[in-house]
Amino acid sequence: MAMWQQEIETMPREELEKLQSERLVWQVNRMYERVELFRNRMDELGLKPSDIHGIEDLHKLPFSYKQDLRDYYPYGLFAEPMENIVRVHASSGTTGKKIVVGYTRNDLDAWDNGVARMMYAIGLDNKDFVQVSYGYGLFTGGLGAHGGATKIGATVIPTSSGNTANQIQTMVDFGSTCLCCTPSYAMYLGEAIEEAGMTDQLSLKAGIFGAEPWTEEMRHAIEEKLHIKAYDIYGLSEIMGPGVSYECEHQCGMHVCEDMFIPEIIDPDTGEVLPRGSKGELVFTTITKEGFPLIRYRTRDICSLNYEKCACGRTHVRMNKPTGRSDDMLIIRGVNVFPSQVEEVLLKVGSGITPNYQIIVDRVNNNDTFEVNVEMDESMFADDVKSIEKLEKTITNELRSMLGIGAKVRLVNPKSITRSEGKAKRVIDKRKI
Amino acid sequence: MYVKQISVFVENKFGRMAEILNALAEKSIDISALSLADTSEFGILRLIVDKPELAVEVLKEEGVIVKLSDIIAIAIDDTPGGLAKALNVLTEANVVIEYMYAFIGKADGKAMTVIRVDDEPKAVEALKNGGVALLTTEDISAR
Ligand SMILES: [Zn+2]
Repeated sequence: MAMWQQEIETMPREELEKLQSERLVWQVNRMYERVELFRNRMDELGLKPSDIHGIEDLHKLPFSYKQDLRDYYPYGLFAEPMENIVRVHASSGTTGKKIVVGYTRNDLDAWDNGVARMMYAIGLDNKDFVQVSYGYGLFTGGLGAHGGATKIGATVIPTSSGNTANQIQTMVDFGSTCLCCTPSYAMYLGEAIEEAGMTDQLSLKAGIFGAEPWTEEMRHAIEEKLHIKAYDIYGLSEIMGPGVSYECEHQCGMHVCEDMFIPEIIDPDTGEVLPRGSKGELVFTTITKEGFPLIRYRTRDICSLNYEKCACGRTHVRMNKPTGRSDDMLIIRGVNVFPSQVEEVLLKVGSGITPNYQIIVDRVNNNDTFEVNVEMDESMFADDVKSIEKLEKTITNELRSMLGIGAKVRLVNPKSITRSEGKAKRVIDKRKI
Repeated sequence: MYVKQISVFVENKFGRMAEILNALAEKSIDISALSLADTSEFGILRLIVDKPELAVEVLKEEGVIVKLSDIIAIAIDDTPGGLAKALNVLTEANVVIEYMYAFIGKADGKAMTVIRVDDEPKAVEALKNGGVALLTTEDISAR
């Protein structure tokens, strides 16, 4: 496949690391001058910008956290005057207070390039029709995918999220060849298209799915339903938005745009940088961002980095799909439970099972309760009590062997679990701990 | 030779049954036989109605899971031992009965029963030979 920025994407590592070092030093210097919080943290550690000579000194720098964005809401961490900021994006935090990020013209251009690299890597170009079904707005998904598709000269179909019937009709009438949305919405669309018997009328060949965790099993299910190749894209608004890393045509980990972002894997408890290949919390330093730069930002995503050269020829490091978050992990009866584990079980048990589920955790009489509601579908329903009971039992047993604790599995009506057209609500934790 | 049976997955939720029956009533669908098999977690509602295709459509719109299948229904003399006689025919033919339920009311002085067996063709054969009247969908719609 062609490359969008071949020279950068295939830059020998030695050269790439030299470039990263130069850019890191530049960023540390300007942030020390311009961002009060960063300057204070450096001072507390007794560090001067002149102590940072390159990426070998990265580990000395202070971390930054999501809480910082709330504390300095809205513009307190920006490193450019507002007249140079041409766009803001925001997302709601768990505390209800939004976090806000800002972009200069150069930042938007870099972002578009990140997404454009992915689109070229999966075989798209100016002859393609890219349907963007991510929400447009303060959320980075819509405009992020939009910018990348525009950059490569594809025809953008900006449907935004919602109105499933219209999405499908547009996909058919306009000949969309690539779909961008959340994986859960892709599943939902796939089901709806199957129901409508319109699969044959699609021109789709690829899908770019991100903004929420999904499993390999879900990838296969989506690929089967929509007759496409499904690619993972990763990003977070604090760092940029979708396109921080992305899968190439080989679907073997997501290439981090390392000329813009330096990734590290740390032990989330001690903050120590872990040896190459280890699994731990992903940390990013933005070395080219002007408007809203961050040094050593704690993503809370748990994954590992693979420095081996990829078959596609790109030298940029690949990150594995995050297997969970260091902060949304559930502890039920003392056992660590990741929603992705539950999803893995559901996809494995019986072929027809859609992965729509909801975990409900509560505490009754000082005991944790753990319920998994699973939506029934027609292929799972037989006119006999025994076979449905057997299905419930199989899911229960599989969950127990995967997690080590028992769950109460309930089969519920189709589409009875709220399936928002953005992110699916997978966990309801009613415990007040 | 068979009648159409509708099976519905009923989530064990307060008011779910009423919702389903209301949806059918709204379209004037007449239920002539009904049974509910339930566990503590869910139930399977089985129905024989006068307009099975319409019923399926209505229920799908309600967002429930529905299956339409063929099932044996027989008419028997409404006298003591009438049903036993018919079942003896099946036992003799080595047909296993999985479940059965009765129609509401009678037709032409006959009682009617729905029977799910493990081997439908064999059961039909045995019942015919045993002189037991089999009902068809037309019989149900005409009631
Ligand atoms: Zn690659």
